[in-house]
Amino acid sequence: MADYDHQLDAANPTPGDVEIQNYTINFGPQHPAAHGVLRLVTELDGEIIERIDPHVGLLHRGTEKLIEYKTYQQALPYMDRLDYCSPLCMEHSYVLAVEKLLDIEVPLRAQYLRVFFAELTRICNHMLNLGSHVMDVGAMTPNLWMFEIREDCLGFFERMSGARMHHNYLRPGGVHQDVPLKLLTDIAEWLDTRLPRLFGDAISLVAENRIFKQRNVDIAIVSREDAVRWGFSGPMIRGAGIPWDIRKAQPYDAYDRVEFDVPVGTRGDCYDRFMVRVEEVWQSARIMKQCLAQMPEGPIASSDRKVVPPKRAEMKQSMEALIHHFKLYTEGFHVPAGEVYVATESPKGEFGIYMVSDGSNKPYRVKIRPTAFSHLQAMDFMAKGHMLADITAILGAMDIVFGECDR
Amino acid sequence: MRAPAPRHAPNDGVIDAATAALGDMLLHAQDLVSEISLTVDRDRLVIAMETLRDTPGLKYEMLAEIAGVDYPERPERFDVVYHLLSMTRNHRIRVRVTTDEDAPVPSVTGIWYNAGWLEREVYDMYGVLFTGNADLRRILTDYGFRGHPLRKDFPLTGYVEMRYSEEAKRVVYEPVKLAQDFRTFDFMSPWEGAEYVLPGDEKAAAPKPAVGTAPGAPTPVTADQVKRADDNVKAAEPQVDKPKTTESTAQSGAGKPHPGNQPESKPVDPDVPSPDAGKPSVEDK
Repeated sequence: MADYDHQLDAANPTPGDVEIQNYTINFGPQHPAAHGVLRLVTELDGEIIERIDPHVGLLHRGTEKLIEYKTYQQALPYMDRLDYCSPLCMEHSYVLAVEKLLDIEVPLRAQYLRVFFAELTRICNHMLNLGSHVMDVGAMTPNLWMFEIREDCLGFFERMSGARMHHNYLRPGGVHQDVPLKLLTDIAEWLDTRLPRLFGDAISLVAENRIFKQRNVDIAIVSREDAVRWGFSGPMIRGAGIPWDIRKAQPYDAYDRVEFDVPVGTRGDCYDRFMVRVEEVWQSARIMKQCLAQMPEGPIASSDRKVVPPKRAEMKQSMEALIHHFKLYTEGFHVPAGEVYVATESPKGEFGIYMVSDGSNKPYRVKIRPTAFSHLQAMDFMAKGHMLADITAILGAMDIVFGECDR
Repeated sequence: MRAPAPRHAPNDGVIDAATAALGDMLLHAQDLVSEISLTVDRDRLVIAMETLRDTPGLKYEMLAEIAGVDYPERPERFDVVYHLLSMTRNHRIRVRVTTDEDAPVPSVTGIWYNAGWLEREVYDMYGVLFTGNADLRRILTDYGFRGHPLRKDFPLTGYVEMRYSEEAKRVVYEPVKLAQDFRTFDFMSPWEGAEYVLPGDEKAAAPKPAVGTAPGAPTPVTADQVKRADDNVKAAEPQVDKPKTTESTAQSGAGKPHPGNQPESKPVDPDVPSPDAGKPSVEDK
């Protein structure tokens, strides 16, 4: 062996030797499997990944700075534009943070409506992620079928709020408007018939598929200790085997009134993360059915007129309602000084809002805790030693959206 | 708490346990809006964090978030706020250190790996320095960006704007030009210039300026006094015997061409060909 090393002395190459250097390539910023504008500076030894340096921020829009100049109500639509694949869950953290500072009660029907549509958002988000994940590793058909489910979801959202993607539906104190009964019955029918058939068919194509397993099983294994030290959350930490779900551990809204199971992985690889999301879709459907069964009639927003604007019909009759409406849409409401950190279980993980209020009508500081930051940061650790083609599988199983990562 | 926000384990006894574990590293502790905030000594942050992570009964094993906050009026203007999560105890806590532009904060990357990017973000947005972070580059802003955008003295519009230059065939940066001024409405003082005199406090109030010197200021004269002052003023006499009235369009000139604004009365511009110069005259046909 020693003789062989001597022959391959790098300083004195003999004729016929080939000098091999590591490649450094750019994965992105424009790559269909990067799920947005992500630039991975990747150092390769042949096809083996030596080092990955993710460059993020190409979609940075200064959301946190802009929110400091908006009233609490005007800041809400910015939340939709963070994770544009699950907009309602972004709003959810924000309104809960404002409500916690204001300390106002939310009627039960509004809480159920929030949970109901947050779970529909989870299904919608997982359809996009699972579909693009299987497409990144080579399958085409399941993605098309899952996009059909996603299209159904977007249609339901349009009937809920008037917008397919940027709903602006949750408000501090409740939700914007009540939903028609026909929408609820249609979703109930969809949950019973269309979702199980389409989703079951799509997953049956990949879950036991040999090629899909070869591309995902034992790729990027994360142990429980590493998942905690890297600050993982959501399906990433559950895939690593830790049964941690904020909906279960720290219930908000009506989550303590519904029953659901928290799926966990056993190996902590990409396949586990995929299957955790698949099971979450079924659990979300279960939660939605319980919401439909339990949802009471009643008001959909708090009756505190200093926070929630009055109905239009009321304004025609009552001078006080007119004044409240005018004040709320010009000055906004004042939030007591203080600071809160509110984290909810978004489809991608722990999405937190750290809000500092100085007692005025605008937030002094809103720090958004994106789910993608700690996951993408672990990219180097997870991909080291794997093949170049595994990057797409690892990224797909991370579920990253850059609107939220870059803010 | 009436709001339906996430409910973690109760805060009872956590401050006592933290005080016992941290000792004099803990500068301040409070329990507000059902959340616990600890302020710790900046220089001993790493030891304090390790204590919070490893002490039985505290066990904050996960770092959820690092946020910067800017208070420009304070001598140490920045807060660096760490949010910790204990999954075993199902509890959250907030740890805060204060710093300024120059004093560095010890990095916690040795305790939690995900602190690396979070500290980079605080550095990028506020310019807070971290000692021990091996990779303290900018993260969210553009390559070559200058300044720290989330500081309160950084303007919302920024200083430069970017466009693609067709001449240079590349992206160029230029000083920002606003087509419209940034509009900000101050709702804190709707009545500018008003001086409110509290009942019983009239003598302490500053002497009021004479009426009419401060435009926009409310008059101190009551409506009753204004009326009495009006009594002494004689009604103004009309200047002419017969007031001018307009009874019909004949008097107003409505419908007639406006004098001085007709095509033939305008000065001729030699550079502009007259409208009928190009037209073939009737005789040419």
